Amino acid sequence: MTAGSAASADSGAPPGPVAGGGGAPGAGPATAPGGAAAASGDGEVLLRAEHVTKYFPVRRGVLLQHEVARVHAVDDVSFELRAGETLGLVGESGCGKSTLARCIARLFPLTSGSVVFEGRDISRLSRRQLRPVRRDLQMVFQDPYASLNPRKRVGTVIADPMRIHRWGNREQIKRRVGELLELVGLSPEHVNRYPHEFSGGQRQRIGVARALALHPRLIIADEPVSALDVSIRAQVINLLDDLQDELHLTYIFIAHDLGVVRHVSDRIAVMYLGKIVEISPAEELYQRPVHPYTEALLSAVPIPDPDLSERRIQIVLEGDVPSPISPPSGCRFHSRCRYATEICAQQEPPLVAHGTDGHLAACHHPLNAGRAPAADPRP
Amino acid sequence: MTGEPLLEVRDLKVSFRTEDGLVRAVDGVSLSLSPGETLGIVGESGSGKSVTMMSVMRLITDPNARFEGEVLYKGRDLMKLGQDQIREVRGAGIAMIFQDPMTSLNPVYRVGWQIEEQIREHEKISKQAAHARAIELLTAVGIPQAADRVRDYPHQFSGGMRQRVMIAMALSCNPDILIADEPTTALDVTIQAQILNLIRKLRDDFGTAVVLITHDMGVVADLADRIAVMYAGRIIEQGSRRDVFYDAQHPYTWGLLGSIARLDRPKPRRLAAIPGLPPSLLRLPPGCAFGERCAHRFALCDERPELRDKVGDGHLDACHLELKQKQDLRETTIHPELIEEAT
Repeated sequence: MTAGSAASADSGAPPGPVAGGGGAPGAGPATAPGGAAAASGDGEVLLRAEHVTKYFPVRRGVLLQHEVARVHAVDDVSFELRAGETLGLVGESGCGKSTLARCIARLFPLTSGSVVFEGRDISRLSRRQLRPVRRDLQMVFQDPYASLNPRKRVGTVIADPMRIHRWGNREQIKRRVGELLELVGLSPEHVNRYPHEFSGGQRQRIGVARALALHPRLIIADEPVSALDVSIRAQVINLLDDLQDELHLTYIFIAHDLGVVRHVSDRIAVMYLGKIVEISPAEELYQRPVHPYTEALLSAVPIPDPDLSERRIQIVLEGDVPSPISPPSGCRFHSRCRYATEICAQQEPPLVAHGTDGHLAACHHPLNAGRAPAADPRP
Repeated sequence: MTGEPLLEVRDLKVSFRTEDGLVRAVDGVSLSLSPGETLGIVGESGSGKSVTMMSVMRLITDPNARFEGEVLYKGRDLMKLGQDQIREVRGAGIAMIFQDPMTSLNPVYRVGWQIEEQIREHEKISKQAAHARAIELLTAVGIPQAADRVRDYPHQFSGGMRQRVMIAMALSCNPDILIADEPTTALDVTIQAQILNLIRKLRDDFGTAVVLITHDMGVVADLADRIAVMYAGRIIEQGSRRDVFYDAQHPYTWGLLGSIARLDRPKPRRLAAIPGLPPSLLRLPPGCAFGERCAHRFALCDERPELRDKVGDGHLDACHLELKQKQDLRETTIHPELIEEAT
């Protein structure tokens, strides 16, 4: 998918019924119950998601398709993102992290809620109105084989966003493509090659170059390194790191690999069945997880050290993630949680602060409550 | 782990004729597996780890493939067996599970039927008895209400459950060897932990030898007794789990260990990435295949290094560097955070 077709992927369908506390366009910073998590970065607030909800209808019938159920893909998610920081989004497949990213990029219309980007509510904008927004908000996709048009030369792929947004003349575009290729560590001579002539890691670099073409402020990277080999993965992560420093980018970084997420993120949000269950400064989340789901996720990551691996006690979650069509009552994690009690099935726990530094979690039986918050090891 | 090896691969070479030339997918691999042992084969895509084991199972039917070398299983050379004879070995002697269970299961047959078919192929046994065995196996791999679920189709199972079905099927004829090719790569971490625990439990209960193919050093750290690291169609290092993790001898292994974003260590500012790309299997360099990406390359590296046991402790590596030289170089490569502390 090119940046251009990304814009057209927005079907233009009318947004669904507004339910709950969907913020009206231009509404003030609503720190509503459930709370938008305060960001720890020191930049301005670049993006604010308020009660973002996305349901997909499940339809039956041939002619008169009637809605029989709804997939609760993203359910009332709020957070803030400050300029220059990286927010990691983690969770198992089907937890709604990709849907949330696509809602923020407005590749999907929202069911309800709002997304305020650069001070402007973009959740109700039309396709035409969205165009200038897309200059500043770009995506990098998981599969570098599927996200580049195989029939276009690399130069064209990277130049497309500039043409679509009528940026510069031919000469300027050509120069910019060369610059971008160099920026992502490819040779400008490769401009006339086709995507199949590149390896997976190189293709992902091309995807990054395309996303950078229009000097965006926010890049949403959806599993950008998951399809790559270990040795190549580190190269691409380092590249994204360098680009952030150089170009003052803000990232939303989605991955299921908790090691990778820890490495790149300033803050991390853990999702389970469409909800953010914990959001915290990165290092703090690993030192002092509050939500039992976070604890279990961390414990499931294999450790490449035989002795440590043998010594540690692994928490193995039983069963699979329940269906998002009819998520469990109360706390959505209670069916797999080893600390669950009666209240967990009855009441949904709110996302509240645990300790300092904007560490929020939604749990009736928070862990590590007594332990002091982890010191931030960063200078 | 003593006595006769159960499986012995001797100088296996697999190449494919293509339009562009000869692709040397496996270039002289020798391995052995003792009864009850777990061997981890680690490598990136294209390193030849899957092709090696697919060749052992004789699952490569490409007419352009050429095989050399021997694969001895209980004294018989599997490479010389006819199709009927190899079918007897598959499933009953050596069973294999794959990365994507959905493509390995037939979507139009009930899972119970698929397990029963395999049992009845290898044993003279009544339909009822096979059915009962299928339920027993599904229970053993942790599928709840197995008696009902045997009648379900593969699409009615989740990814983790499908992999359990595959494992049940693989174990249905009590094989001596279970080959697991990236069994958890398509699964979430929490489900991966479940499946790895299951493989460990079944291995301990049944005494099955396991070959675990993976790209994830974390997975073998947990499960393997011995580890072979592959690069560009060759084994470049082989040793016990402790050897490979705590006394790695090949710069590529160092790179692998260093480039993982680890949860058990303080976070380094940068990951120690291995520069460049693996070489094309069409044009392998005459010397060390890792040479172009290796930071410690020197004149001798233009010659192909042999996989040798330099100390005599069963820890093999294919690198020209002297043992002493390696010791200092290694630590800074595997632990990038150490460099930062020093500067």
